[in-house]
Amino acid sequence: MTFIHKYPKAAKVAKANFVVAFIALAIGGFFGFVQALHRTDVFRGFFNSGEYYTLLTGHGVLLALIFTTFFIAGLFVWGVTRSLDREPENMSYTWSWFWLMTIGTVMATVAILGGLVPDSSIRAAVLYTFYPPLQAHPLFYIGLALVLVGSWMAGADWFWSYRKWRKGSPDERVPILTFMALFTMLMWYVCTIGLALEVVGLLIPWSLGWVTEIEPLLPRTLFWFFGHAVVYFWLLPAYYVWYAILPKLSGGRLFSDSMTRIVFIIFLLLSTPVGYHHQYADAGISVGFKFYAMATTMLLLLPSLITLFTVVASMEHGARQRGGKGYLKWIGKLPWDKPAFVGCALAGIMFAAGGFSGMINAGMNINILIHNTIWVPGHFHLTVGTAVALTFMAITYWLLPQLTGRKLKFKTLALIQPYAWFLGMTLMSNAMHRAGLAGVPRRTAEPQYSGFEFEPIFGTMAEMDWQIAIGGTILTISLILFLWVVIASWMAGQKSDKPVDDHIPEPLSGVEHTPAILDNMKLWFTLALILVILAYAFPLLEMVADGIFEPGALPRPS
Amino acid sequence: MHIHKFEQFWIKLSFVLIAFFIATVVYGFVAMDLKVIGDHATIDPQNLQETKFGNPGVREVTKNGQTEYEVYVQTIQFAYSPGTAEPIVVPANTRVTFYITSPDVLHGFDVAGTNLNTMAIPGQVAKMTTIFPESREYGIVCNEYCGPAHHIMEGIIKVVPKSEFDKSNLVE
Repeated sequence: MTFIHKYPKAAKVAKANFVVAFIALAIGGFFGFVQALHRTDVFRGFFNSGEYYTLLTGHGVLLALIFTTFFIAGLFVWGVTRSLDREPENMSYTWSWFWLMTIGTVMATVAILGGLVPDSSIRAAVLYTFYPPLQAHPLFYIGLALVLVGSWMAGADWFWSYRKWRKGSPDERVPILTFMALFTMLMWYVCTIGLALEVVGLLIPWSLGWVTEIEPLLPRTLFWFFGHAVVYFWLLPAYYVWYAILPKLSGGRLFSDSMTRIVFIIFLLLSTPVGYHHQYADAGISVGFKFYAMATTMLLLLPSLITLFTVVASMEHGARQRGGKGYLKWIGKLPWDKPAFVGCALAGIMFAAGGFSGMINAGMNINILIHNTIWVPGHFHLTVGTAVALTFMAITYWLLPQLTGRKLKFKTLALIQPYAWFLGMTLMSNAMHRAGLAGVPRRTAEPQYSGFEFEPIFGTMAEMDWQIAIGGTILTISLILFLWVVIASWMAGQKSDKPVDDHIPEPLSGVEHTPAILDNMKLWFTLALILVILAYAFPLLEMVADGIFEPGALPRPS
Repeated sequence: MHIHKFEQFWIKLSFVLIAFFIATVVYGFVAMDLKVIGDHATIDPQNLQETKFGNPGVREVTKNGQTEYEVYVQTIQFAYSPGTAEPIVVPANTRVTFYITSPDVLHGFDVAGTNLNTMAIPGQVAKMTTIFPESREYGIVCNEYCGPAHHIMEGIIKVVPKSEFDKSNLVE
């Protein structure tokens, strides 16, 4: 018996979410490949440089917003259903949020891809940050709004299950798989207030022409109200996997139940008030609020550092169960031949590297050196592009058999895949970081200028370009391997009652040691709102004091 | 609650690290004069011609008995005015304050390889002050996506020795 046999309805929903996620991954990944060759001037024959920004928008939206959101929805359907031991409460409701998100995705994608049709009026080359006054077709904003509303409904679905479960089990502790999912969604509700205000309150009326002028700083600030917390919306499900599943894949058990809960609580509290750290270089926001955001950002290192400890400790415990010895020799005893484990572990290592460049980003005066340079995508290709994406791919090798009742096929290819991703990202990301230090900008089709040349601190521009192009190519091959293994296993994997060992053992330091206050969702949610109000109320009031759309700029076609 | 003694040690270490990072930023502010763009002024992006941005360029001012320079720059799709058609020329070893804004969309104003780097946001005036230590040319890069020809948007800052600075190109 595995997940699909016990919960066939939930399995179907999870699979549907994964289908959309993987289609978005395939298209967005292909765009990334084109970009890696285009901006390094290795090959510019696919599209012209004007169309580059349409591809870049597709890459950002489909990977950062769509792939993640749908995968997370599938993962949480699995985790909540399994840990509460109940199917979703009402399947019509569950399918309605899935279809709402899917329709929204199709609308936004059509708006973006319209930019590749000559003379099309349907365009959305505004990148995934869609800063006005660059204006996209209304379809783009409305589509994104539908995805957002669908994700809220998905969260409500899991809270619904939780409440029903709570009625039947008044004295039990919230199971850790449900706890983590619900706290991630609480954080999502807090941060998406900003996005909803921006998209529904400002951008949709403006793109429909109901108002003509827009103040650029206000929507930009509302975007970053959401825009850093969304990073944690991607990352916490990866932590979900690292805390709940990776210890088991290492042969051990989670180190500490209480520290896991504390980490998720800190993320709920601190993820949103940090948004200004994306606006250190903006005029119009006072240094004091930037400093508050910076201090909060630095405090956010704490839960990630605790995670580092807990995950490594859990893995070490697993390795010792498998006969590992010594201070470091135990690392060799980890299952380096199992794709799900390897992907998660390599993702974790990359995340440590991404964490270091993130600490540079967070330092508000050091940040100015690398602000909006290619250092920044170098950083987030380690975090969301590897820590999150590689974890999601790796855990698919373990989840898919549970959702389909079929064994994984092509295990050797599945094993090569995470190593290839790691190699490709090492090449691409180190070159992006170094190019950023020389001032090479991000988001540019042709970072080659006529009046001056970049002066790298070490290495040469040509060498960095080749590393980005080769790294991007290896990543694309890795992505194709992933999709091939998934499709083959899904279609033709051997059917089995127990296609994978899906047992998750209890933590070493279990829930009996965890204080009850950690499960008080109302308390933590209220505190999170207070911290957000402290960070945002005054600057936002100041921005709207002279009129919501003042000082107004006119829209420009994208 | 049970927290393993190694984990307690690790958490303490993490707090030390966090305090250290915040201290480095404060040190940069206080001791190295590494300032960050703040809240300067708002402006109507559709009426820049009535402001100093209407006649952009380098101005000479006297502050505290010292000769300093102010540079007003408009960032427009897809050029710096001044900066692209003609370079921004300023003297070395002199305080130079840049005032930057945009009449159309968001742009970046990044002097490549340095920490002179700001967003140009319609409606907001960014202000940043620096002293160029040596005579040389710097490239200015637009580092925020601003439209289909974003990648051609570039400019030059030419820093010349004080003695060779030609004041005939200053604007009034």
